Amino acid sequence: MFSKTALLVPQCMQQQTRNMATLKAISIRLKSVKNIQKITQSMKMVSAAKYTRAERELKAAKPIGAGASAFYSKAEVTTPEGTESPKELLIAVTSDRGLCGAVHTSVARWIRNELQTKGDKVLVITIGDKSRAILQRLYGNNIILAANEVGRRPPTFLDASKVAQETSKYNFTSGKIIYNKFKSVVSYTTSDLPIFSLASVTAAPKLGVYDSLDADVIQSYLEFSMAAMLYYAMKEGACSEQSSRMTSMDNASKNAGEMIEKLTLTFNRTRQAVITRELIEIISGASAL
Amino acid sequence: MASLMKSSRMAARLVTSATRVARRGYADQMDFTLASGNKVFYTNQNVKQVSSRMAARLVTSATRLARRGYADQMDFTLASGNKVFYTNQNVKQVDVPSFSGAFGILPNHVPTLAILKPGVITVYETEGVSQKIFVSSGTITVNDDSSVQIIAEEAHPVDSLDASAARDVLSKAQSELSSASSETAKAEAQIAVEVAEALVAAAS
Repeated sequence: MFSKTALLVPQCMQQQTRNMATLKAISIRLKSVKNIQKITQSMKMVSAAKYTRAERELKAAKPIGAGASAFYSKAEVTTPEGTESPKELLIAVTSDRGLCGAVHTSVARWIRNELQTKGDKVLVITIGDKSRAILQRLYGNNIILAANEVGRRPPTFLDASKVAQETSKYNFTSGKIIYNKFKSVVSYTTSDLPIFSLASVTAAPKLGVYDSLDADVIQSYLEFSMAAMLYYAMKEGACSEQSSRMTSMDNASKNAGEMIEKLTLTFNRTRQAVITRELIEIISGASAL
Repeated sequence: MASLMKSSRMAARLVTSATRVARRGYADQMDFTLASGNKVFYTNQNVKQVSSRMAARLVTSATRLARRGYADQMDFTLASGNKVFYTNQNVKQVDVPSFSGAFGILPNHVPTLAILKPGVITVYETEGVSQKIFVSSGTITVNDDSSVQIIAEEAHPVDSLDASAARDVLSKAQSELSSASSETAKAEAQIAVEVAEALVAAAS
């Protein structure tokens, strides 16, 4: 008998405390979800404002990208085949900031696929902490340069020039800039922009038609057009990032809203249940008298 | 392309008829006519031999020449980090300062690459108006399809430059040059002075 009550009593207590506790827990949870929703909503507002600016600046940067790569397509510059130790340079254009959907991951995944097939022939330069964080663990040896402090403010030509200058210190036979190309507010594609070394430019079949070239001019031209292309890619990346953050924060707010609805419902139901139970206890206590 | 196809087919037909005439018996004489949509090359002239491929090539090059010749178009792009001035616009002439000397670009300029020197670009637009734009540095690309791309690090219209501010920049750059200690700092200051000098020259 005793043993039975001994078993029962704590159970009853537990039942009671749990109910009370759930009510408390639900209200705490409800409050925190409401706070999260407020945060995501304001983040969405902020990125919407940043996005409009980024899109405006991207429009201005588009001719730069097109102009810088025009020469390479018109002079039919290609990577020379059959070089002895080909080194491919991949530049990942991301930023330091997360909470923006899969923009950074898709760039990193692109590079990871490349690294899986080509291995140590690939050199990687990461712009932004996010791509570095993703690639570092498995392919830390391939990363030759990492730039951070990207994404807090819109990228400038100076940022691009700095990266280009550092890049020019490394030797490579071919290369690509991997970035997210902005398509619309809700979509972007991960694409690449080819970059060329001095050797592949001088080996271009149509270089002969270009007049009055010397190595100095080509070298400076390459360095500057590298900066211009990086600038363009960074602008595209920044715009995709902001638009993606806007949509993902919008989704997050919506999800938080749904959660709040559900939690409020459970909260009210639980509260009602507690009241009813208390009433029953009181009434049955009174009627027992 | 359609007109090119048509004309080369026509030329081929012409050539065939010419060969047929020749085969018929007037062996050492050939009445050769080669005409295309835009130009007549031969009218009943006596030529030794015509291969149709050569004729086709002739026509192609003629068309290309013609396209270049009377098109007189320039696909001009001038973009900088801060502003885009022209995108694929047709202009008459562009004068640019470069490290290999200042030069003017007209439509059908020989393809070239050059590095911009700090200075003033003058763009003569088709309507007879010209615009002067100051550039700090950048590249000039002239391609064989008559498209011109100028990409500058920074560019501003000359009339928006302030002469006194420019002089301030120059004096600041000069003091930096004199106080520069390391080799790179010296080179950087030297470049700043060059740009500032060009800026002062453009603004005044």
